[in-house]
Amino acid sequence: MSAGTPQVATPAARLRAAQRVLSDNPAIALTFVFVALFVVTDIVNRAQSGKAFLTPTQVSTTFLYAAPLALLAAGQTLVMLTGGVDLSVATTATTAAFVSSGTAHDHGTGYALLLALAFGFGIGLVNGIGVAIFRVNPLIMTLGISSVTLGALTIYSQTRFVALVPNIVNTLGSSRFFKYVPYDLLVWAPIAALIILGLRFSGFGRMIFAVGDNPVACRLAGVRVWQVLLLVYALCGAFSAVAGILLVGFNDAADLGIAAPFLLPSVAAVVIGGTSILGGSGGYGGTILGALILTVLDSLLTILNASQALKQILYGAIILALAWLYARTSSGD
Amino acid sequence: MSTAAAGVAARVRPNPARLARRHGWTVGVYVLLLVLLLYWQTIPANWGSFDVQSLAIDALPLAFAAMAQSVVIISGGIDLSVGSLISLINVLSAKYMIDMSFRNALLFGLLLLVGSAAAGAFTGTLIVLSRVPDIVVTLAMLFVWAGLALEILQIPGGGAPQSYLQLGTGHWWSPWIPSGLMILLLAFAIFWLPLRWARPGLALYSVGSNRNAAYLSGVGVARTRIFAYALGGLFAGLAGLALSATSGIGDPNAGQYYTLNSVAAAVLGGVALVGGVGGLIGPIAAAFVVTLVKTILILKGVDQNWAQVIQGTLIIVVVMIGGLAIRQRART
Repeated sequence: MSAGTPQVATPAARLRAAQRVLSDNPAIALTFVFVALFVVTDIVNRAQSGKAFLTPTQVSTTFLYAAPLALLAAGQTLVMLTGGVDLSVATTATTAAFVSSGTAHDHGTGYALLLALAFGFGIGLVNGIGVAIFRVNPLIMTLGISSVTLGALTIYSQTRFVALVPNIVNTLGSSRFFKYVPYDLLVWAPIAALIILGLRFSGFGRMIFAVGDNPVACRLAGVRVWQVLLLVYALCGAFSAVAGILLVGFNDAADLGIAAPFLLPSVAAVVIGGTSILGGSGGYGGTILGALILTVLDSLLTILNASQALKQILYGAIILALAWLYARTSSGD
Repeated sequence: MSTAAAGVAARVRPNPARLARRHGWTVGVYVLLLVLLLYWQTIPANWGSFDVQSLAIDALPLAFAAMAQSVVIISGGIDLSVGSLISLINVLSAKYMIDMSFRNALLFGLLLLVGSAAAGAFTGTLIVLSRVPDIVVTLAMLFVWAGLALEILQIPGGGAPQSYLQLGTGHWWSPWIPSGLMILLLAFAIFWLPLRWARPGLALYSVGSNRNAAYLSGVGVARTRIFAYALGGLFAGLAGLALSATSGIGDPNAGQYYTLNSVAAAVLGGVALVGGVGGLIGPIAAAFVVTLVKTILILKGVDQNWAQVIQGTLIIVVVMIGGLAIRQRART
């Protein structure tokens, strides 16, 4: 059914057209879900404690909280667009948190931040080497790297205790300017713009989609698939490191579990945002909304006194339900 | 007629090249295990039946986890929820068995096995119905089971009757024969051997090696995949019960260790991640190899965390080599 023909649309056809628009632009539905969830949280909060949730401060807090998750999910989006998944984002972020707070005192803030980013990039590069060159299943490669990193971090945290979170990192991770604008937006927004524009307009961005869609065709067309994968995993590590720096700024201290609760949400945010798990379709815009939705959902569950266990079960169920939904809509076409 | 007879004759006569190709990897794993065992028994000052016993205790849950993972991988899937299903069965058994008599504990264990096979079947059904990739569904189930385990037991605790613990930590006939090892062999003989050469086992391999061809030759693909996950769930349940019997407590986070290590043991044991290749004998030996590497490192005075790092690195290297081997095989 082409766009020009239906002059007198039947209700069924109109419904189908609406479905089509929604599945082509998940951002519309997601924005609606985000706002609706905010209103529901507001109502629940009013009922529980008599205070409003729909305030400028809470909106700004939501963005403040969402930034680390959205940055972890940024790398995850790129990796999932190529048809992989990165389960080492949380430990990479933890590494960056430890490195940036552990070396700032002796070597200065700039050095510490650069070193943290280099560590993130390096860990991502190792993932990339395994996946791109040795063709290890991404899941197993990243899970293995995350277990190795966690072991190394445990040793590091036992031997070194001097930890100082630089002031600028603290400010970036937890403060706001103009009363309502979180400083971490200054980090998140440029990266988000870079990813969204890069995916759409750069050759590398198009190659990411192409590799995810059909790696064999890509190889036959002369794309060096392994180079694309290598860079994508390395970038994912670097973005995770940025998230780790923001997290340590927010928490004011690094600990081994600082980023672990964000691992599943980072995958969930990408899936909610409409990026296909099989790779090849999606984008970062949806992921941002996914991260915002999960942050509000987390607030709502906290207000409702839900345990960590219940949250985990719920996140698992959400991923499953949405993956199922997206699988149905894409196979129906 | 004569060609058929010749075919039968050819099948009867052992072909060394074919045998080497089919069983070379498994034999290699057993040789590796033997070498490690020989090295291991030289390290402690008074190496004896006690060391054998503790190795069996350490390796038993991983061996079951490796069997669970292998069955699923052979059928062409992968199960990331193995570890957290183990945690769930572990905390369930430890929480409720603590005040039970031995007989009731055994019956409850049996009930948990049925439950965990049903949980596996549930995961498999979700995969078949939703047509979402195995990895995503089992990743989601990983968090569902882990959340449930955390809901049942927030902190490590619980226990089991002494006679039940003896099943995992005791010995039969002689102190050199750990009961855990015998139970492992029994489970292998009861749950796997009869299937391996019967219809369900063959269906498992055919679906794993080529799903379309299996479908065209009349194999119930959906049914077989669900069956694989159910059997995997059963073995994961055994791993969970073994974990409570060997450790004596329930720990909601205990299963994490088995997610990656079960895959590693399967791959090291000759089960190719593409599916349809391998058996369960190799992964069982591989589980002992993986455990032994860590035991040896710790005996050598290496810090526990360093041992984890080294073990993880070795696993990655093994999987990398396995990946290269698949590429080589595909090229020839």
